Amino acid sequence: MYLIPCPHCGPRAQAEFTYERTTDSVVDPAGPVGTAMGTLFTRANPMGMDDEIWRHTYGCRAWLVLTRDRLTHAIAAVRTIGPEALP
Amino acid sequence: MNRYSAFGLIRGAIGGHKHWQPAWRDAEPRASYDVIVIGGGGHGLATAYYLAKVHGLRNVAVLEKGWIGGGNVGRNTTLVRSNYRLKPLHDFFEFGLKLWEHLSDELNYNVMFSPRGSLVLGHSDADMTVLAQRGDAMACDGIDAELLTRDQVAKIEPLLDMSRDARFPIEGALIQRRGGTARHDAVAWGYARAADALGVDIIQKCEVTGFVRDGDRVTGVETTRGRIGAGRVGICVAGHSGHVADMAGLRLPIESQTLQALVTEGVKPMVRSVVQSHSIHCYISQSDKGGIVMGGDPDNWPSYARRGQPTIVEGAIAQAIALMPALSRLRMLRTWSGVTDMSFDGSPIIGTTPIANLFLNGGWCYGGFKATPASGFTYAHTLATGTPHPLAMPFALDRFARGATIDESGAGPLPNHR
Ligand SMILES: Cc1cc2nc3c(=O)[nH]c(=O)nc-3n(C[C@H](O)[C@H](O)[C@H](O)COP(=O)(O)OP(=O)(O)OC[C@H]3O[C@@H](n4cnc5c(N)ncnc54)[C@H](O)[C@@H]3O)c2cc1C
Ligand SMILES: [Zn+2]
Repeated sequence: MYLIPCPHCGPRAQAEFTYERTTDSVVDPAGPVGTAMGTLFTRANPMGMDDEIWRHTYGCRAWLVLTRDRLTHAIAAVRTIGPEALP
Repeated sequence: MNRYSAFGLIRGAIGGHKHWQPAWRDAEPRASYDVIVIGGGGHGLATAYYLAKVHGLRNVAVLEKGWIGGGNVGRNTTLVRSNYRLKPLHDFFEFGLKLWEHLSDELNYNVMFSPRGSLVLGHSDADMTVLAQRGDAMACDGIDAELLTRDQVAKIEPLLDMSRDARFPIEGALIQRRGGTARHDAVAWGYARAADALGVDIIQKCEVTGFVRDGDRVTGVETTRGRIGAGRVGICVAGHSGHVADMAGLRLPIESQTLQALVTEGVKPMVRSVVQSHSIHCYISQSDKGGIVMGGDPDNWPSYARRGQPTIVEGAIAQAIALMPALSRLRMLRTWSGVTDMSFDGSPIIGTTPIANLFLNGGWCYGGFKATPASGFTYAHTLATGTPHPLAMPFALDRFARGATIDESGAGPLPNHR
């Protein structure tokens, strides 16, 4: 377990947070239907950094974007979510 | 290959055990092979064995970045069963269970398959309805399944908390009597030895770092021991499918997660069957050495670190103790974890890829050990003939795009929200 620095609550135990999915797997409702399945189901799944959507479920309940290393669990950045946080 | 036998043991005992040979050669990579299997886990070794045994291919190599048995095949909780509700799943795993039943004879290696019964507990009327449905689905296809009452469950596992105010009250169970456990390392070693005896090269400390392409075809692999040519290449790397496929430019419906397990000190027999509860995702069995083996949920977030978080172990222990209070008296010996491919419908992927000569076997989630023989058998068929084995057909990679997912637990594309 490690600490996740919530922009609203400060550093909190990782167990308070829930992982949702990666930012690139969010389907654009206005986008082409043909690519939706691919976006929804496939992942880069790198053995390294990826941008992930998490929620501070047992805290302020805010949605966050974590740039996190899947091998070392180092967190490079935490951003509050908003349209600007998604690619 | 020196065949193992009772006579050989006696001869060894008299002769000071000097006649034993290494179980497999330490092969040097050749310039090229007809088939290269990436990953020397149980599935990769089984695939190589059936390629040689069933399809007569001898110019085959298994490339393993670490050592044989160091991956999930040596880290799992050894449960073997075929009690799935969905037809493609129970047909596939039942084919595997039948192979398990003769595996020690087939490989001339004792894999210690122990059909002690796989017991799935029901904690509510709703649970019992689901279990009955599952049992019926299995029985319709001739697979053994039996619904048990509370009293029958208590007879099999007297240490379960059967009281009405139990944390997880027990209403009954579904049992598959032919299910059980097997010795995981022995499965890897047995397949490795048998494949080697048929001429397969098992090459350890050889990591695949890239694919050699000729246009849209794969013609070989780059490794830490140089470039090796191949007629066909089969990815078979358990939790590492995502980034290995990525080297070929393939994105998979897979996310890698850590799964943990633990074992207690060895005690006298106290758990007879394999006790599972799918509602709370906890499972308990006793190893042949006497340790109580337990497992639970994955971390539920992507991870390649082969260590998990303690809260998950804590959760698994709390559930196990609630089911079987006597377990609270035992000391934990060790806990470990493995990296597993979580596919987005919970089912494996076996078959062709959009890239010619490149094949994929992965996405086993938490349940691939029991599949080892069936996975190897059907994947070998795919690699040898270029077309999927009928039993593996439903598990094609393109099923997600076709909307033909095989979703046993109904978790959709978010397995972590199960
Ligand atoms: C804690 C835990 C408990 C489990 N419990 C059960 C259970 O009770 N029942 C059940 O059915 N299943 C269970 N599983 C799942 C099961 O262990 C796996 O699905 C199955 O073992 C995976 O297949 P494998 O044996 O071939 O994988 P592995 O043994 O992991 O083999 C893959 C191999 O590929 C190698 N590799 C990776 N990348 C490369 C590369 N680039 N080049 C060369 N080699 C590479 C790895 O080093 C590894 O040895 C469990 C898993 C875990 C982690
Ligand atoms: Zn917060």
